[in-house]
Amino acid sequence: MAKITYIDSEGTERVVEAQNGETVMEAAIKNSIPGIDADCGGACACATCHVYVDQAFMDKVGEQEEMEKSMLDFAENVQENSRLSCQITVSEDLDGLKVTTPESQH
Amino acid sequence: MDLTDAKRIVVIGGGQAAAQAIQSLRMGGYTGELTLVGEEPALPYQRPPLSKAYMKGEFAEERLYFKPAAWYADNNVELVLSTRAIAINRTHRKVELEHGGHLDYDALIIATGSRPRGLPIDGADLEHVYALRGLADVERIRPQMVAGRSILIVGAGYIGLEAAAVAQQMGLKTTVLEMAPRVLARVTSPVMSEFYETEHRRQGVDIRTETSLSKLEGKGGAVTAAQLSDGTKLGADIVLVGIGILPNEELAKDAGIACNNGILVDRDARTSDPRIFAAGDCASRPLVHFGRAGRLESVHNAIEQGKLAAAAILGKPRPNEDCPWFWSDQYDLKLQIAGLSAGYDQIVVRGSPEDRKFAAFYLKNGTLIAVDAINSPPEFLASKKLIMSGAKLSADILADTSISMKEIATNTVAA
Repeated sequence: MAKITYIDSEGTERVVEAQNGETVMEAAIKNSIPGIDADCGGACACATCHVYVDQAFMDKVGEQEEMEKSMLDFAENVQENSRLSCQITVSEDLDGLKVTTPESQH
Repeated sequence: MDLTDAKRIVVIGGGQAAAQAIQSLRMGGYTGELTLVGEEPALPYQRPPLSKAYMKGEFAEERLYFKPAAWYADNNVELVLSTRAIAINRTHRKVELEHGGHLDYDALIIATGSRPRGLPIDGADLEHVYALRGLADVERIRPQMVAGRSILIVGAGYIGLEAAAVAQQMGLKTTVLEMAPRVLARVTSPVMSEFYETEHRRQGVDIRTETSLSKLEGKGGAVTAAQLSDGTKLGADIVLVGIGILPNEELAKDAGIACNNGILVDRDARTSDPRIFAAGDCASRPLVHFGRAGRLESVHNAIEQGKLAAAAILGKPRPNEDCPWFWSDQYDLKLQIAGLSAGYDQIVVRGSPEDRKFAAFYLKNGTLIAVDAINSPPEFLASKKLIMSGAKLSADILADTSISMKEIATNTVAA
C-alpha cells in the first residue's frame, strides 16, 4: 500500500490509498481523480494519463520504456518529469508519492 | 427535445459505452435516478484485455472493472446485473425486464454492444468450441489453454490474431484459418496483412488463408478434429471462432426505432426516438470526418458516444468528435490505428517492416485518411492531428524518416 497524492492543475490535492501492483493510473481511475482520462485502460496506447512526478520520486518510479517515451513526446506541455501514469506500478517505495495532472489530456 | 428535466435515466448494457455514459451523467451534474441494466453478472468491465493479457492470466478480474462496486453506491447508481432487458415500451416509457418488472425512463441509453457471429457448420455446438466476447468466455477457454494442446482459430481478424499470439506464447499448437486470401483482409491493407502473416509464421503459428472450415467432429461431445474446405483434416482440442460481430439492435428494432446494421443515431447519439440514445458497437453513427455513416467497433467510439449521449441529455455542448482510433497488441508488436482507411487511393510506407517498427499511411486525393503504425507512436499521434486537419500531404515527405513526425505535423497543420 502507498499513499499517493494527486494534485490537479489548480492545486487541489486528493490523497488515495493505492494497492501494490496496480498502476498510478488505476488508483486514480478507481478513486475518480479528475484530470486523468486513460481511455485505453492502461495499454500504453492513448497518452491520456499524463502526469508530472514529484522530483523527489523521479528515481523511484522506474525508467521509461521506449513506447512511453515516444508517446509522451506528443503530449501537451511535456516536462522532464512527465510520465504516463499507466506505466508506473505502485509499491511500498512509492508511499508519499505526489503527482500533478496537466490542464488537459488532449 | 429538451431532456434537462429528466428524473429517471436508464442505461441498457454493461460495457465501455454504458460505463462512460453513467460517469459522464454523474460528472455532468445529473442527480436524478440512474439505473444500469446488464446481462452479465460482473460489474461493467473492459473487454480489450480479454484477448490479450487477461487471457494469459496475467491479472485478476477486478482490474478489468471500470469502477469498483463502492463507486456505484457512492454515486447513487443502481446496478441491475444478470438481467436482460427484453422490450422497450416507448408509449409508456418503460424497459421490460426478463425476470418480470420494468424500469420507467425519461431518457434511455441503449448500449447493448454486439455478439459474435455464429459458425454455421456441423459441430459448432460441440464442447471446447468457443467465441471470445465476455468474461464468461475467457473463464471457459482459459482452463483449456494448456501447453501442447492444439487450438484452431477460425477467422484472422484482430481478435483471432491476438488470441493466436496468446495461444502460441502459452505453448499451444496454433492454427489460424482465414477464408480470404490474406489475414485482416476486411480491416487493413495488403502491406499490413503480409507483415502480420510473416510475424505469426515466424512465431510458429500455422496460418492458412483461402481456407474455410467445413465441419467439426467430436468424441464424447467434445471437439477433436476439423474438416477443412481443401479436404484436410486437422486435429483440434480447442476451436476459437472469431469471424466478426453483429450489433445487438433487436431491442431497438422491435420497438420501432430505425436500424440499419446498427441502431441509427445522429451526431448526439440520439436515435429516431428523441428520448432514446444508442452508443457503442450497437450504434451506426455519422462519421463526420469521412462523409458517411457506419458502426465502429472500438473503445474510442464507445467512450465518445457515451459522452455524446450524456451531454445531449444534460443539454451541454456537444463534446469533440475525435479521429477514430484503435489498437491491437500481438507479441511485442503494438499496432495503433488512426482514422478509417476504406477508400484510400495511395499507401505510403514509412520505415521498414523488417525493423518491426514502421507505419502505413493511407491517402485519398492527397489527404491523409488513416494510418496503421507498428511500434511507432509518433506516426500514430501525429496522424490523428493530420487526419482531422484534412491538409494535403506529400508522399515523399511522409516516407522520409529524416523528417520527424512532429515536424511534419507542425509544418502541415500550420501551412
